[in-house]
Amino acid sequence: MSEFIEYSLLGILSGGVTALIALSFVLIYKGTGVVNFAVGEVMMLGAYFYYAATVMFGLPPVVALALGLIGIAVLAVAFERIVLRPLSGQPPVAVLMATIGMASIIHGGVEAVWGGDTYSPPPLLPRTPLIFNDILIPGAVLGNFAVAAVLIAGFFAFFRFTSVGIALRATASDPVTAATLGIDINSALRLTWVLSAVVGTVAGVLIASSAGLSPLLAAAAMSVFAAIILGGLDSIVGAIVASLLIGWVEALAAGYLGGKSRDIVPFVVVLVILIFRPYGIFGSRTIERL
Amino acid sequence: MRTGICHETFASEERLWPVAATRVWMLILAICLFSLPLWGGDYVLAMTCIVGIHIVATLGLNITTGNTGLISLSHGAFLGVGCYTVAWLAHRGVPFYVALPAAGLLTALIGVVVGLPSLRVKGVYLAIATLAAHFILTFVFREWDAVTGGVPGTTIPRASIGNFTFVGDRRNFYLIYGCAFLLAIAARNLARTYIGRAFVAVRDRDISAEILGVNLLQTKLQAFAIGAFYAGVAGGLLGYFYGAITPEYFVLTLSVFYLAAVIVGGLGTVLGSVLGAVFMTFVPEALRLAVNASSHWFPSVAALLLPMGQAVFGLLIIVFLVFEPHGLAAIWSRVRRVIHLWPFRT
Repeated sequence: MSEFIEYSLLGILSGGVTALIALSFVLIYKGTGVVNFAVGEVMMLGAYFYYAATVMFGLPPVVALALGLIGIAVLAVAFERIVLRPLSGQPPVAVLMATIGMASIIHGGVEAVWGGDTYSPPPLLPRTPLIFNDILIPGAVLGNFAVAAVLIAGFFAFFRFTSVGIALRATASDPVTAATLGIDINSALRLTWVLSAVVGTVAGVLIASSAGLSPLLAAAAMSVFAAIILGGLDSIVGAIVASLLIGWVEALAAGYLGGKSRDIVPFVVVLVILIFRPYGIFGSRTIERL
Repeated sequence: MRTGICHETFASEERLWPVAATRVWMLILAICLFSLPLWGGDYVLAMTCIVGIHIVATLGLNITTGNTGLISLSHGAFLGVGCYTVAWLAHRGVPFYVALPAAGLLTALIGVVVGLPSLRVKGVYLAIATLAAHFILTFVFREWDAVTGGVPGTTIPRASIGNFTFVGDRRNFYLIYGCAFLLAIAARNLARTYIGRAFVAVRDRDISAEILGVNLLQTKLQAFAIGAFYAGVAGGLLGYFYGAITPEYFVLTLSVFYLAAVIVGGLGTVLGSVLGAVFMTFVPEALRLAVNASSHWFPSVAALLLPMGQAVFGLLIIVFLVFEPHGLAAIWSRVRRVIHLWPFRT
């Protein structure tokens, strides 16, 4: 029984970072209607920026994180301006393929610059483990969960209470009306990309500082697809709940079926959900009209 | 100067190549191509064989993605299914002319299963479904030792007919281009049938197509099945060509490679598939030559080859999407128009 509780706790806590990646994904889908296949690569690139700033230039972790975030934000703006704006109005498949191309560029570029080795950047958070009776929770897992929770709560507050957040929501739900009300659509889209990239980078740095940094990090975002599909592509709450759920299922599968199942369980979940309940638990069902 | 074609009979309009000049050019191309093993060098021949396999696979993806608009990221894994099927059958003494179609059919069946979510979801959801299918299939390649040989891989006996064994590039060439030619003409013909027109209708507006009486589910599954069939045959050819294969070959980059080939070549045309496959095969090759040339000055550059190739694929996808969405096929038709109208300008 305590084994079960340990697996469950570990799974749900590690789902916190998954939720952060899912948030990065859903922000873009809700805000701009683009499915961003480059989320994993953006996350990885941000983590490499962080690594370069801490280890190569010897900066303290917090400064390095800030530098990494700024670097990623600049790239997000550039991508939005150079690639996505000329493609606006094209079918979603074209934009999707552009993000796949972007993912390929980042992946290749990172491997060309840093190689395929695994690095271990300095930890961002303290690593004292938490022990109840005979259950041990590593400090990194707990810290990651806490950071993710604070960040997600911050985002909820931002979208609910600030005028910029409300403007972004308005743009997401009806760009034409938002534009007539005086919201600058282009800068709203740009801000959405920046926010998403920043969230992804934080997730990447958290994973890298607890589990090591290699190009494989991008694959972590793959299991996030299971979460966002389960939650419904356009629901932030759904993405978070589903991330915790997927983290739990993954941990149980890895605990009882062996570590290899981690490679495949999320994808089986995706296929099953898409066949039986394609809009997920919380997603809005769309009715298409001619 | 040629400005247009005047059809006088329905028969002339239905022709595959309506103009006599086109037929002559096709004949010359076929003669040059099929006599290549007699006069081509070893390097040229090996490259042409690989191009042929890529052409078959790209033709398939272009039917699924270009004609029908269903984005598929599991095409690389479909090649794997075809390859392992051929390996398994060939070890049991099945001749290639049975094994190749069987590989195609089995892959088509798996394509239908992967395509099943397409009846409930479309566009982006479908891309995620095929991505999931890719990872599940490659997991099977790595783990199902009895059939795939696991991570170390498996061997494929050479194809043979009677006493003639397809050993070496010169003989495999005919196997590959025989299949490629048949399948290219089949793809071209498909576009003129009810099924092919239904594909385009579904791509352009699926709801309208349904109102016009196109069975959406059936059409989408057909698109997946046909695309996967091509991939299966290409995978089988790949097996016969290399003689040994490991799961390493069927990574996601391969699917992205074919997607890039379809986009670079031109969505929805046979010519585009051919041009795209040829172009994309020579991109890594050109990179390799550049690396070899510069390794004199930068000795460590050879290790960068693979990641650089990946980055270039991505760059090509984006550049073509933004600047030339109809791909090389559109550039080619512009060039042709300029030649036809010379000395006048368009």
